[in-house]
Amino acid sequence: MKAMAGSVENRRKIRAAKVMAVLGVLMFASFFISMNTGFIKLSPWDVMKTLAGAGTEKQELVLFDFRLPRIVLSVLVGAGLAVSGAILQGVSRNALADPGLLGISAGAGLAVILVISFYPMTEGAPVYLLPLCAFAGASLTAALIYSLAFRKGQGVAPTRLILVGIAVSAGISAAMIVLTIKLNPEKFQFVSVWLAGSIWGANWHFVLALLPWLIILLPYVMVKARVMDILRLGEPLAIGLGTSTERERIRLLAAAVGLAGASVSVGGGIGFVGLIAPHLARRLVGPHHQYLIPASALTGGLLLIVADTLARWILQPSEIPVGIVVAVIGAPYFIYLLMKT
Amino acid sequence: MSAASKPKPPMQTRPVLALFILFAGLILLVLGLTLSISVGTADIHLLTVWEALFHFQSDVTQHQIIQELRLPRALCGALVGAGFAVAGAIMQGMTRNPLADPGLLGVNAGSGFVLALCFALWPSLPFPYVILFSFLGAGLGAGLVYGIGSLAKGGLTPVRLALAGAAVSALLVALSEGVAIYYQVGQELAYWYAGGVAGATWLHIRIMFPWIVAGLVAALMLSRSITVFSLGEEMAAGLGQRTGRVKLAGAVIVLILAGAAVSTVGMIGFIGLVIPHVARFLVGVDYRWIIPCSAVLGSVLMVFADIGARMINPPYETPVGALIALLGVPFFLCLARRERRELG
Repeated sequence: MKAMAGSVENRRKIRAAKVMAVLGVLMFASFFISMNTGFIKLSPWDVMKTLAGAGTEKQELVLFDFRLPRIVLSVLVGAGLAVSGAILQGVSRNALADPGLLGISAGAGLAVILVISFYPMTEGAPVYLLPLCAFAGASLTAALIYSLAFRKGQGVAPTRLILVGIAVSAGISAAMIVLTIKLNPEKFQFVSVWLAGSIWGANWHFVLALLPWLIILLPYVMVKARVMDILRLGEPLAIGLGTSTERERIRLLAAAVGLAGASVSVGGGIGFVGLIAPHLARRLVGPHHQYLIPASALTGGLLLIVADTLARWILQPSEIPVGIVVAVIGAPYFIYLLMKT
Repeated sequence: MSAASKPKPPMQTRPVLALFILFAGLILLVLGLTLSISVGTADIHLLTVWEALFHFQSDVTQHQIIQELRLPRALCGALVGAGFAVAGAIMQGMTRNPLADPGLLGVNAGSGFVLALCFALWPSLPFPYVILFSFLGAGLGAGLVYGIGSLAKGGLTPVRLALAGAAVSALLVALSEGVAIYYQVGQELAYWYAGGVAGATWLHIRIMFPWIVAGLVAALMLSRSITVFSLGEEMAAGLGQRTGRVKLAGAVIVLILAGAAVSTVGMIGFIGLVIPHVARFLVGVDYRWIIPCSAVLGSVLMVFADIGARMINPPYETPVGALIALLGVPFFLCLARRERRELG
């Protein structure tokens, strides 16, 4: 009996390892393709040469100052949003949960715009402040949405939560439009590019601003993987197994909000990644969070690299914001899920 | 049978109050229009406004501002507000869905998408044809949302429909933005997404006016049937309504009203949600009163919102769509909370 359980566990582990290896290879491949794609052509050979330090000055500039930070950032943002979505879906037991749809991203965005409009834009300084403010904004919005969707005796119904989230984000977007009108042209430009969900303004400052959040929160979430598995069983069973459900849920939600807020503060309004990536990952490695979380992170990163590369490639020489590409892929998937659940 | 056991909302109409609202609303509308043409960046005296209206002299700049900029703008706001509000009232009545609104259910986004294609592919298309394409797009958006909503397991619930509407709108808006960037027509389209009456000209009014008026008159003629429909479709069939025909007529009217409004001012949501609820709250359940009151109140809201949009941050204009959304969202949240019948 024990041996059998062990072998199931082993097989699952092997499968997860395989899936993650494949995802890793795919990500590596798209990393390279993405480095080659763009207005200025760089052949794979040129990329290798430049990485080794033997490229021309122009090639170095394109690769190190424009393309590389952007690619790294899209991986990080994708991973952050995907893990956030995985936590939200697991904790709220809601297949439609996504930081963008729930309005958490909009709250983070509003906070970012407030900072930008009241803070003198000096190089670098507010960039590190942004994730923190985004986290504050996202937490407030999450609390607001949760309390609006909560109904005594019924808890929070999944579709109602989404509906409230959509309405709150519509209201926040309207407030953002009213606010952005008052900005000076330079700031307005920054904000409007950022709002469209674009990582084309990426530089290493943004990467450095986001990285600590992921380094702290991802291991924390991994440690809590077992707890999420238990929470997924439902309230009575989780309490029966000795979990302090309310406290764990709030901690996990805070982690999800932190990841989403930090990702949005540098990546802008990119929706649907947090919805799709965990679903795909669940299909690949099953519902165990121990495997689901890293697989979601990889899927999310991969998804956003591919979307960003497409965004650069489809309409050459002009670019489209990556948020649009993701929405075109993500909205039909949401509709599909809506029809199924 | 469960319907019988529930306490029913009082089924009453208040025709006297309705008449009063129509009358007061019209007065308020005239006041709003007057205010709208006298307030603005250029400070123009009321007397000059009067002269510009009734003793127009084409060589006076101020008279030109009034006649060519402010008057069409104010009238356009009134027409569009009526259009959106009545479209929303019909949708809410026919589908018995308290969350129905042309903005929420994908009608506006569909219209916006087809207009983006229009601008990209036939930049010189004259406005009368643009408006026809707008109807087509409105039909596309509504069709998609209803199709998806009814294909879903568990059928067409209000909450599910609103979610499908949000998803379809997100998709269509993303596609239109892509089209706008590819064909570099973003500038022309930008005002549609923000929503505003600033660009309204006499040409728009001349072409939109007959459509909106025809739509309103048709809605009034249909209002009896809509009242019967709001009791439920089986009830309507039992009371001798030709349900298929009435539904078709209602859908066509909604597409015409919303399509015409969107083609001129862009995607302004929430008027069609808020106003019919207010009207129903005030005058009762009879759509013969709800529809005219919605039209008048919608006009009043739109005209005053536009005045507000100009006054908040002069000399800049705040997008009026954003202002109305700020009003509409709390309202929507209340409704979604109150909606107990269907948790989705």
